[in-house]
Amino acid sequence: METLITLLVGVLVMVAVYLLLSRNFVRIILGTAILSHAIHLLILAMGGLKKGGAPLLTEEGSTYTDALPQALILTAIVISFAVTAFLLVLAYRIYRETGADNLDDVRREFDD
Amino acid sequence: MIIPILILVPFLASLFVPFLYTYVRSKKIGWMVLPVPLILFVILSFQIPSLASGENLFHTIRWLNTADIHFTTHLDGLSMILGLLITGMGTLVVMYSIYYLSEREALGRFYMYLLLFMGSMLGVVFSDNVLVLYVFWELTSVSSFLLIAFWHQRKNSRAGAKKAMLITVTGGIGMLVGFLMLHQMTGTYSIQEMIGMAGTLPTYDLFVPAMLLILLGAFTKSAQFPFHIWLPDAMEAPTPVSAYLHSATMVKAGIYLVARFIPVFGESELWFYSVTFVGLLTLLWGSFNAVRQNDLKALLAYSTISQLGLIMSLLGIGSAAMLDIPGADKTIYTAAAFAGLFHLINHSTFKGALFMIIGIVDHELGTRDIRKLGGLAVFMPITFTIALAGSFSMAGLPPFNGFLSKELFLEASLAVQHLALPGVHIWIPIVAWIASVFTFVYCMIIVFQTFFGRQQQQPAWVDRGAHDPRPGMLVAPSILGVLIVGLFFFPNVLGKWILKPAMAAVYPSFGNPESLVPHIAAWHGLNPALWMTIGIILIGTILYIFLRQWRRIYTIAPFSWKIDNIYTLLLIQLEGNSYHLTNKYMTGHLHRYFTYILLFFITMMGTALSFVWRLAFNFSEDSVVTVNEYILVMVMMSAAVAILFVNSRLIAILLNGVLGFTVAFLFVVLRAPDLALTQIVVETVTTVLFLLTFRFMPDWKKERPRRPVKVLNACIAVASGLIVIITALIVQGNRLFDPISKYFEDAKTLTGGGNIVNAILGDFRAFDTMLEIVVLLIGGLGVYVLIKLKDKKDGDGNENQ
Repeated sequence: METLITLLVGVLVMVAVYLLLSRNFVRIILGTAILSHAIHLLILAMGGLKKGGAPLLTEEGSTYTDALPQALILTAIVISFAVTAFLLVLAYRIYRETGADNLDDVRREFDD
Repeated sequence: MIIPILILVPFLASLFVPFLYTYVRSKKIGWMVLPVPLILFVILSFQIPSLASGENLFHTIRWLNTADIHFTTHLDGLSMILGLLITGMGTLVVMYSIYYLSEREALGRFYMYLLLFMGSMLGVVFSDNVLVLYVFWELTSVSSFLLIAFWHQRKNSRAGAKKAMLITVTGGIGMLVGFLMLHQMTGTYSIQEMIGMAGTLPTYDLFVPAMLLILLGAFTKSAQFPFHIWLPDAMEAPTPVSAYLHSATMVKAGIYLVARFIPVFGESELWFYSVTFVGLLTLLWGSFNAVRQNDLKALLAYSTISQLGLIMSLLGIGSAAMLDIPGADKTIYTAAAFAGLFHLINHSTFKGALFMIIGIVDHELGTRDIRKLGGLAVFMPITFTIALAGSFSMAGLPPFNGFLSKELFLEASLAVQHLALPGVHIWIPIVAWIASVFTFVYCMIIVFQTFFGRQQQQPAWVDRGAHDPRPGMLVAPSILGVLIVGLFFFPNVLGKWILKPAMAAVYPSFGNPESLVPHIAAWHGLNPALWMTIGIILIGTILYIFLRQWRRIYTIAPFSWKIDNIYTLLLIQLEGNSYHLTNKYMTGHLHRYFTYILLFFITMMGTALSFVWRLAFNFSEDSVVTVNEYILVMVMMSAAVAILFVNSRLIAILLNGVLGFTVAFLFVVLRAPDLALTQIVVETVTTVLFLLTFRFMPDWKKERPRRPVKVLNACIAVASGLIVIITALIVQGNRLFDPISKYFEDAKTLTGGGNIVNAILGDFRAFDTMLEIVVLLIGGLGVYVLIKLKDKKDGDGNENQ
């Protein structure tokens, strides 16, 4: 399972990096969103998968899956949401100000 | 214990001065600073008798035991000379500056820098630990920088300060490397311990590099050819600073260092060659160039360069006594070092006096250009008298102290030509003689072109009634003037009390220091040195009289060269080239920068992985995969890859939504219910946000990057993904530590919470969570502001989001 998830992470990273290298704002923001998915899964896989029950002490059972990565990911999900939202609004704002929806046009706008 | 305090006092005072100045705000601040160097001078003077009887003051404040760096101070004869110069000249310069600087200047800053310099310089000469010495050494460069740029509104001041800083700090760093090499060889940072091991050093490979690097530091600091170019530009500093730092003390630091390291390196012939030849070249070049200057201060700058070269060459000749040459009479070489130290003191007296005199002329008449000056002897008799003493002393005429050391110098140059080393011939005394002729000429220029002759075009100061300055301004140069004459009549007092212990410090292996101190006499018969002096006076007078005729040679090729041009060229080239280079890759395109970052990541990680990839992948710990998990993973992979190829942004955004929700499902099967819940909520909102861009942003234009760019991007993407995969697999296969999560499984008793993830977030790491909420808040504020901010272009208030 860990290997499979790691391969998935690799594919997601490839897609994310390719999107990040493009010029269109929305594509770039999609890239960051996908990159954060990839990293969340990576952190989870690093802690070992399905090594026990969900980390709820009320559940029956004596072993639990590693809870620490989950706590870290929970924080990361929220932060990445904030970043995505901010970037989207920033892209919108730049479009409103300059009429550009990609990096090259913005660059041209500033050069002028 | 007294020496560390001596070093500390100026630093403390320099901290105190700016605060004091906010209350005083007048020239009185100078009078309050004055006691600092004076008291230090007196305290140091009280140590003279014990030093003369052969004692040394050694004190260690243990500091960094593991690094073997201690604040060790060492007061011996050599550091005593410099210490007396620093505090003595410091006293005189502070007194002089009180009258020189106007009340409108930033006096608080001035005295702060001056005291900072004083402390650093004392630190340089009293430190025994080379690393501590280095720090003080650089501090003198820094304070010199600050003082040269004291009038920072002037462009030339800033340029001069920068030049001095660049050159001396470059040398300083070289010196540091030299010190570290010495440490490598000896295993100690203490100079005295290094001297003890001097005999074994030449066998090491690092010996020569260490020696040359330390000499680089000394030569840059003491303005030796070809590094002398910073000194004339440093004359942009206020004249008291020039008198203090750039003639009497700081530029002597290099000379001090050379003298200090003679016992360590003196047995090397290369040391003798470098120090002697560089010194002679500097002496010649400096005196030759001094003659062509029209600005009196520039003239003095070149004269300082030349005199520093003279002292340097004397120390070089003196180090010949350490060479292993059979049958040589060592005392004639030690006499050279003695002459060097003697001239070191003499130079400070007469050059300090001359700088102050030039400062007075500048202060009273508003110009230092010798073409505009003339006939001042009538108006300023006292100033003239001191100038006469200083100049004639520098020219080597009796009855002034310069005559004595100049004679010793000529004798040494005559003696060294018989040294049985290749390259040492009659040319050394000839060079010394020619340089002395030029020295004579520029000394006459100072005296006669400033104080005699007709005044050109009846300048304004004649009408205003030029006169000697206020008495206070004359006190300091007068004291120096008295010393100039006094040292001529009683040189052996200096020899016995000051120079003898210094000689013992330069030649610690020679035993009895009494034998190292020759008796100085003004009249020593009609020996060759005296004939040389007579020749200097004759030829020098002729050259001075016909100056106008032969001065044209300064426009002819080899004489018109300036080392300055090389520096300027280098600096401009360096700035221009780095500007172009930086502009080449810093294009301002975000994707370019991102490409660099990723390429760096790939290169670094790829290189590292190529070394460790053999570390076995260990899949044995993997848990089993069920069919529905396979399906989830496959869905995600295909959705991700599909995003790259769709042309519609709607589909791309929906595919991203698919990714997000599938991740949530994965969280469910991977025993992470909290994550799944959060992910579902967040993904919903994110997708809605993305879809909102529909309404406000245009449809995707088809991106058509050039094919190579596309291929490169794809390569970067694939390589990044592969590196992540390989790294992650290696890490998973090689666990070094047990997970720490066992601790959190005790959450029920520790926090009372049953959900471990919640316990971590809300209790164990609650502070993190709080900051996370702050980040969310800031993000929210950013979103709000970006939407609500008034539109610059149309401002139609279309903010209905």
